[in-house]
Amino acid sequence: MPAGLNRALLTLAGAVVAIVLAIAVCSVAIVAAGGDPLHALTAFFDFGASERAQSNSVATLFNRAVPLFIAGLAVAVGFRMNLFNIGVEGQYRIAAICAAYVGSTFVAPAPIQIAVIIIVAMVAGGLYALIPAIMKVTRGVNEVIATIMLNYIALNITAYLVRGPFAGTRAEGELTVSTPPLPDSGMFPDLNFLFGWFGMLAPTREGGLWGFLVVAIVLGVVLWVVLERTRFGFDVKASGLNQSAALAAGVNPKRMVIAAMVLSGAIAGLIGLPEILGSTGSFGTTFTSGLGFLGIAVALLGRNKPVGIAVAALLFAFLDRAQGALQFANIPPSVVEIIQGAIVLLVVVANEVTNRFALRLEERRAARQLKVTA
Amino acid sequence: MSADTLATARPAVELEGITKRFPGVVANHDIRITVRPGTVHAIVGENGAGKSTLMKILYGMQRPDEGTIKVNGEQMAFRTPSDAIAAGIGMVHQHFMLADNFTVLENIVLGAEPRKGLRLDTAAARRRITELAATHGLRVDPDRLVEDLGVGDRQRVEILKVLYRGARILILDEPTAVLVPQEVEELFQNLRELKSEGLTVIFISHKLDEVLDIADEITVIRRGTTVASVDPREVTARRLAELMVGSELPTPETRESTVTDTVALKVAGLTMEAGGHRPVPKGTSVRLYADKLRQDGKRLLLDDVSFEIHKGEILGIAGVEGNGQSELIEAIMGIRQAHGSVELDGRDISSWSTLRRRESGIGYIPEDRHRQGLLLEASLWENRVLGHQTRRPARKGPWIDRKAAKADTERIIGEYDVRTPGVETLALALSGGNQQKLIVGREMSGEPSFLIAAHPTRGVDVGAQAAIWDHLRDARAAGLAVLLISADLDELIGLSDTIQVIYRGRLVAALDPSDITPERLGGYMTGAIAGTEEE
Repeated sequence: MPAGLNRALLTLAGAVVAIVLAIAVCSVAIVAAGGDPLHALTAFFDFGASERAQSNSVATLFNRAVPLFIAGLAVAVGFRMNLFNIGVEGQYRIAAICAAYVGSTFVAPAPIQIAVIIIVAMVAGGLYALIPAIMKVTRGVNEVIATIMLNYIALNITAYLVRGPFAGTRAEGELTVSTPPLPDSGMFPDLNFLFGWFGMLAPTREGGLWGFLVVAIVLGVVLWVVLERTRFGFDVKASGLNQSAALAAGVNPKRMVIAAMVLSGAIAGLIGLPEILGSTGSFGTTFTSGLGFLGIAVALLGRNKPVGIAVAALLFAFLDRAQGALQFANIPPSVVEIIQGAIVLLVVVANEVTNRFALRLEERRAARQLKVTA
Repeated sequence: MSADTLATARPAVELEGITKRFPGVVANHDIRITVRPGTVHAIVGENGAGKSTLMKILYGMQRPDEGTIKVNGEQMAFRTPSDAIAAGIGMVHQHFMLADNFTVLENIVLGAEPRKGLRLDTAAARRRITELAATHGLRVDPDRLVEDLGVGDRQRVEILKVLYRGARILILDEPTAVLVPQEVEELFQNLRELKSEGLTVIFISHKLDEVLDIADEITVIRRGTTVASVDPREVTARRLAELMVGSELPTPETRESTVTDTVALKVAGLTMEAGGHRPVPKGTSVRLYADKLRQDGKRLLLDDVSFEIHKGEILGIAGVEGNGQSELIEAIMGIRQAHGSVELDGRDISSWSTLRRRESGIGYIPEDRHRQGLLLEASLWENRVLGHQTRRPARKGPWIDRKAAKADTERIIGEYDVRTPGVETLALALSGGNQQKLIVGREMSGEPSFLIAAHPTRGVDVGAQAAIWDHLRDARAAGLAVLLISADLDELIGLSDTIQVIYRGRLVAALDPSDITPERLGGYMTGAIAGTEEE
């Protein structure tokens, strides 16, 4: 389809321009901070000196990208129908602690154990997202405000649970608290064997390459199919493109709000699992936070499409990974956050520009082809 | 007589070789128009011929690719409407741009307020407006709220707004589209006065009788270019129409009656209150509840509306826009809640969802195709699925059947003559007429038993209009029941088997279209004539 390809290429070009501009902006910031931009650039590609360090760096990159990808997908489901689920942050925390706790209370064969953990996470995330959905359809409460508030509530509930009812036994001298550890059957098998295929050493840091990567890929494919090929996906698209037309076409807006929010929350529930099932085996006070908010940026960058989100998640993970390397190069690692922020802003602008341009182009093409045939 | 001096004066507006390449619609190509000062110059052409584009160029909203614009002999290069306003050009848009909750005075000065210190100098504004109103014979009360004004008054406010900004050349874009015949006559009286004050009026229309009535000169546009300049005294409406379309004008007349005895749609006591639907309290009937609302002085958007449409019948609803037509349609579609009952083929569908109503055979051509009818940024085949997402051929189990949907879109493109490069084209790339043909084709799919057609030919060209009329007539002959709502009185009279007039949410008259004129119909629509004519 040349029309579709055209649009895709334009989008890509826009994103590349945005990223180049973002790097330019950051070079200015680095110079201002007294660093050398070229030096910084090399730091980004510095994956370590030894082979083991390089493998670890690659594993870290993917381990970071997977939760970002899932977070991006969760946010994108809402965005697709102009529903701003800012509450992914809270949803994944609640889901993670529930899943980690429930998973630690019993022992079953690995597939069952893991399936139960995943289902608990999705149900918990989905139910937590149901709250703002119900508030919106029954009382017209804006979902942005409701989900932001629910984030604070989730933060405090999890802080309470991890210290109180869900707390595990603390080892002698341990400063952090966490839920009881998962049994071995609850840990997701790692993918370290993949490194062997490329002639690399297996990574060792934090359990190596987390197996949840496979779940994330399957999730991305399934979500693409649901959004692009099913009736439900059509309803989502119609609601997002033109609310009144969707209403007139018989799409029930309330049901769509609830369905999209719950689906978004259920996916959000999975964000914490790569870490828990891949490395820590429990939800603790050191649990990675902020993924829900980063997910918003990743979804924006990936234009709410699974493939785009995957690319965006990898890019963000690539930048995040360099924080350590930058410190070694005497450059403040917060440069990474500046780059990320600049990229998101510029890509949003670039998206808008290329989108308008693409639509214009489409009109012209149609007009031209008609003239040829007429 | 000053006609000679006028003829020798420099033209107020001179357009030379204006060309605008614009995708999707007919572009302007080598347009040449000379407008003499102190005249009413009409620009006529069918919908989509390029009149609006031309006016946007003249008003600085779009820039021509080629050609020159001269105002009072000086060459101009307008970048924005402010440039055009500075050159003394004012535009009265087809759709009024007024703030309802402001007074007439506030609307007129909005954006060009006379100030005393930091405050609005109301006294100065009032003086100026009264003066303008008096010299041009445009009577309005500057202190009334715009929301309380009728359509004709609103238009006068729009004209005053333009004059207030010092315009000497007025562009009126289809000013009569929203007016009933009586109001048109008033408008023309105003225009004649403006002309006698030495102002120049550019009058855009496709209503030929009106043009012949008011214009001093007529320029005809066809397919984006000027095809003729004619003197209204030397031309007939018929000749003008031929110039416009290049062939004979179609008429919307239906032939013999196909009305059957079977009732397809029955609406009884439909009542809708303003400010949100409230359920009828237990123990009272809808009728009692509505009576109570009326006694309380509550405004009713729909007031006890009842009618039947038989298979093979087109029921036309006449009314000035905003008298409850939209509410009626949305109540029947189940988009807005209302009291009373709606029956389709003998089944009470009042409590059904919009989706279920559609599935059971209601087709819906919405009044605003961009708002309710299309996903502009989606492909044509996806637009074919819209509203049919739960039915064959669009659906197969939980999936959208892309192949079947595309094939059926091809069928519509063929049968309804939708001009498009293909089914993957985005809907926004099509011209208005082609978008509308796609919608009509879609709504006729799946053998509906009842069709709501709201302004089915609004903003489409004559060719598409004739095609849509033909499709409606064919479907009617095949037993379709149609509720037709239209602002085009000729269309309404020509297509309908029965006409009901809606006024302030009530059906106030049932008329026989075979012996009614647009003028009389206009009288009913404004409430000037009351009561039902008996055949």
